[in-house]
Amino acid sequence: MNTICRTIRCTLFSAARQSSQFNGLQSSRNNTTVTLIPGDGIGPEISKSVQEIFEAAKVPIEWEIVDVTPVRYPDGKYGIPTKAIESFLKNKIGLKGPLATPIGKGHRSLNLEIRKVFSLYANVRPCRSIEGYQTLYDDVDVVTIRENTEGEYSGIEHEIVPGVVQSIKLITEPASRRVAEYAFNYAKANGRKIVTAVHKANIMRLSDGLFLQCCREAAENHPEIKYKEMYLDTVCLNMVQDPSQFDVLVMPNLYGDILSDLCAGLVGGLGLTPSGNIGKDGAVFESVHGTAPDIAGQDKANPTALLLSAVMMLRHMNLPDHANNIQSACLSVIKEGKMLTADLGGSAKCSEFTKEICSRLG
Amino acid sequence: MSLLKHCVTGGLINSFKSLPANGIAKLPIAAGVTQGQRNLQSTTISNYKAKYGGRFMVTMLPGDGIGPEMMSYVKTIFKAGGVPVDFEELNLDSTHEDIEHIEEAVIAIRRNGVALKGNIETREHSRNFRSRNVELRLRLNLFANVIHCRSQPGINTRHKNIDIVLIRQNTEGEYSCLEHENVKGVVESLKIITQSKSEQIARYAFEYARKYNRKKVTAVHKANIMKLSDGLFLNTCSEIAKEYPEIMFDNIIIDNCSMQLVSNPHKFDVLLLPNLYGNILTNIACGLVGGPGITSGRNYGIEHAVFETGTRNTGKSVAGKNVANPLAMINASADLLEFLRLDYHATVIRNSIHKVLNIEKIHTPDLGGTYNTTDVVEFIMKDVQAQTSI
Amino acid sequence: MANSMTRIVSALLNSSKGAEKLLTSRLIHSTSPVYNADVKENYIKCTLIPGDGVGPELCQAVKEVLAAMQTPVVFEEMFLSEVNPTMSVPLEQAINSIHKNKIALKGILSTPFSSLSGELQSLNMKIRRQLDLFANVVHVKSLNGIPTRHKNLDFITIREQTEGEYSALEHESVPGVIECMKIITEAKSRRIAKFAFDYATKHGRKKVTAVHKANIMKLSDGLFLKCCEETAQLYPSIKFDSMIIDNTCMQLVSHPHKFDVLVMPNLYGNIIDNLASGLVGGAGVVPGASYSSDCVIYEPGARHTFGQAVGKNIANPTAMILCATKMLWHVNLHSYARRLTDALEKVINSGKSKTRDMGGYASTTDFTRAVISNISFE
Repeated sequence: MNTICRTIRCTLFSAARQSSQFNGLQSSRNNTTVTLIPGDGIGPEISKSVQEIFEAAKVPIEWEIVDVTPVRYPDGKYGIPTKAIESFLKNKIGLKGPLATPIGKGHRSLNLEIRKVFSLYANVRPCRSIEGYQTLYDDVDVVTIRENTEGEYSGIEHEIVPGVVQSIKLITEPASRRVAEYAFNYAKANGRKIVTAVHKANIMRLSDGLFLQCCREAAENHPEIKYKEMYLDTVCLNMVQDPSQFDVLVMPNLYGDILSDLCAGLVGGLGLTPSGNIGKDGAVFESVHGTAPDIAGQDKANPTALLLSAVMMLRHMNLPDHANNIQSACLSVIKEGKMLTADLGGSAKCSEFTKEICSRLG
Repeated sequence: MSLLKHCVTGGLINSFKSLPANGIAKLPIAAGVTQGQRNLQSTTISNYKAKYGGRFMVTMLPGDGIGPEMMSYVKTIFKAGGVPVDFEELNLDSTHEDIEHIEEAVIAIRRNGVALKGNIETREHSRNFRSRNVELRLRLNLFANVIHCRSQPGINTRHKNIDIVLIRQNTEGEYSCLEHENVKGVVESLKIITQSKSEQIARYAFEYARKYNRKKVTAVHKANIMKLSDGLFLNTCSEIAKEYPEIMFDNIIIDNCSMQLVSNPHKFDVLLLPNLYGNILTNIACGLVGGPGITSGRNYGIEHAVFETGTRNTGKSVAGKNVANPLAMINASADLLEFLRLDYHATVIRNSIHKVLNIEKIHTPDLGGTYNTTDVVEFIMKDVQAQTSI
Repeated sequence: MANSMTRIVSALLNSSKGAEKLLTSRLIHSTSPVYNADVKENYIKCTLIPGDGVGPELCQAVKEVLAAMQTPVVFEEMFLSEVNPTMSVPLEQAINSIHKNKIALKGILSTPFSSLSGELQSLNMKIRRQLDLFANVVHVKSLNGIPTRHKNLDFITIREQTEGEYSALEHESVPGVIECMKIITEAKSRRIAKFAFDYATKHGRKKVTAVHKANIMKLSDGLFLKCCEETAQLYPSIKFDSMIIDNTCMQLVSHPHKFDVLVMPNLYGNIIDNLASGLVGGAGVVPGASYSSDCVIYEPGARHTFGQAVGKNIANPTAMILCATKMLWHVNLHSYARRLTDALEKVINSGKSKTRDMGGYASTTDFTRAVISNISFE
């Protein structure tokens, strides 16, 4: 087991650095352990659904389910149990359902904790129009890659004089280079053609200028991928008019936050979009929708987002066959439109939807 | 006090520009703001609360009686002259029982900073019914009421060449709305005089006199009877007067003042008045120069200004008959424009008023003429159009 | 530190392919006629800054339309550009002209990646700063006859544009680490909030939504949000709510009908303006205006120079003509404004003259002529 871990660690490390491939696993012929946080609200149901589908597809994965109910630390603050963190540290890879936003101060948020532990520097969100779910936009196939550790969300703010607040946007060369490099590697690994850097360097000439500079340097290392640059406002304008012209977008934190949700909006909301967080020491895949407490426990939830996140995870772990198998089964069920959950306009239960997917696995 | 000073110098007082011999003022170029002022404005956040792209938003409270008619005339004339003012109209009238209705108007004036107002009738619905007008003044703290009474050569009055400015304390005194019945048949009404408010209005009067080259300020009181309350007012005024040695200061008892005003009005320059006396004397002074139909009144607070007719009457008896004199409200609208530093447009309207009164003599019945309200408005509209002709 | 700076700057310079563009745009600019030869008294004077890219062509279209209506407006035209500095008048001259006239019609000024003089402020920012044009208003309205995914949109985005991320305060603290300041002040937040509510009051709107990211930027966006909330107290008849920027973007593309008036800090405004313009047909059809206390500049709502269309006579003048109608309203020339709006609507509704972006093949001049021929004469 130790050796596997080391291999994974090794490969993950290199995935971040050179490529997003996950090499050593298949040769070991052993099951990999993945940490699973079912989450709150509808989380447990959809996690169960994902587990069932994975089992039916015979994916060589073992789940290690951890509880992240906050516990009180000696310093008086509440946070996630150390057990959960240890599990992540050990497995290096995780899948996470929706978590209710903890209310109250002095509470260490799980997302922040995990981000810190793994140095999750990039957030990847592929947004694809799903056949069978009609929206106004049917030609979307965009991947947004967002720098996730600095920029506007660096959290450095202070009030200089009363009534004047200064917030600092931090752009550093290593972080920019890292995410740019990852974007090109991702494009290469997933058969993408164009990487577009989104920026506002006409206004923020130094900070976004630096980000752009790093992207250009990364582009030089990957001549087979076409590289473009676009202003943030132009991207917004064109995105809502003709999203088909975009492929992979790479950008600083705030812009990424906005554009990833925008793209999700184009294809019908967060209920169908998977998301992955890539770090130096590990990766966490999650569904970014809410916990929907109003339908929790009623077997009505739609597990697609979490399932597609799990599929992303499989690709990241270099299990493309399993990934394709599950993805095509899931999409074909939605396309056919007979067995849909309520949010997609159907009346099927979560368990029925899951069974239907299982029955179509190749 | 620096706040008050700021409000005086920062544009809360505006002059009636003395007209040249022919009575037609030369139009200032553009909107009459100098480059210096403009630079100042472009670097600091504007003093005006709702001025965007050179256009102002002004609250309009039509009120009762002839108010709504008058407001529609003002709007017509503003449109004809291309005045960059938009009105936010609020129908605040006496038909609403609850006093909370007034809150909406107060808020609207708070956010726009400026209002043009018709008078609201005070009906005796119940004994607790407070006057909307007083309520509005108290809530906005419009402490100064300024009325400028000046004879018009075209109007036939007994006294000629009167030029008196009346500055009235407008938020305390007898108008504090504190009344109660101690025992049956005995009612107490409290009159409040405070040193701070007396000082505020006195300083305002002297600053006004200094700014517009007035020679004398006369405090009006009844300190011989009301030794403490009016005494405090008088003493405070005398104290403040010492800070303005270039301006003469004297005082006069209210009853004597009323008499002098109708017999020898030329001896007065600026009158400084507590609330109730102010009410009486402004009506006398307006009567001297031609009646309530032509004089406008200005109300200033620290942050807000409300413009209305000088004598604050609803004119219910002449409402809808097309005979009321619209000049008081049109004058008030010109005051408003001067306050907004739209000097060009203000001068255009004042010129037209001057022509109506003194040259063409299109007088309504209250001035002894036979013309209708609409005749006056039409003339002004055409004249304003001719002056601005785009 | 200096080294890495120059490296960035030089890299930016090398890659920008501005040189060819300059040549073509110069041709256009030098041939554009100047109208202010005989200025009549009592005419309304308006500063005209054609801008870069297709700006001069669009302004030409507006001038033709206004001339056909015999509108009493005289343009004081001055060419201002950052990418074409040799042709540009000094900034002071343009500023003074706008100060004097109080109204201006402006095309879009393109901003080079990096200014030649190494300045952090772009020309656009300087104009906004010097004139204190604090509020940018974009009226997003669906036009019948333009094919879009969402129909019947009608909402307003209001953007603070003198502070926030666009403060041009950037520095490299250690090599490879750049700090960019975002400044939010209470005074300016209050001012824009009040502007938004006043605008809503004046135009009979029902709801104002503040867009922010106060969950992350607790102090800065928190201050903005607080100011909006407090200002809302003064406007009991207008509903107020707030929304996080990323969610707003998502809602805008999925349920745009729920918005009425949106108010936001600088950068978010830039994003939402463009996003919203895209919803109703692109940069060519959405008018905008920038307000200071004294002046107002009308310019297209989505700021794109459309450089690739220069000289091809294919740009859509709708946004610029709509700007002109808004300008006419502002200066009390209501009948002219109404006639021009009617003519424009007729042309767009009829669908006979459509420029490329509207899915047709009409040229800019065809479109302009169609508008002129549809103007009613009273």
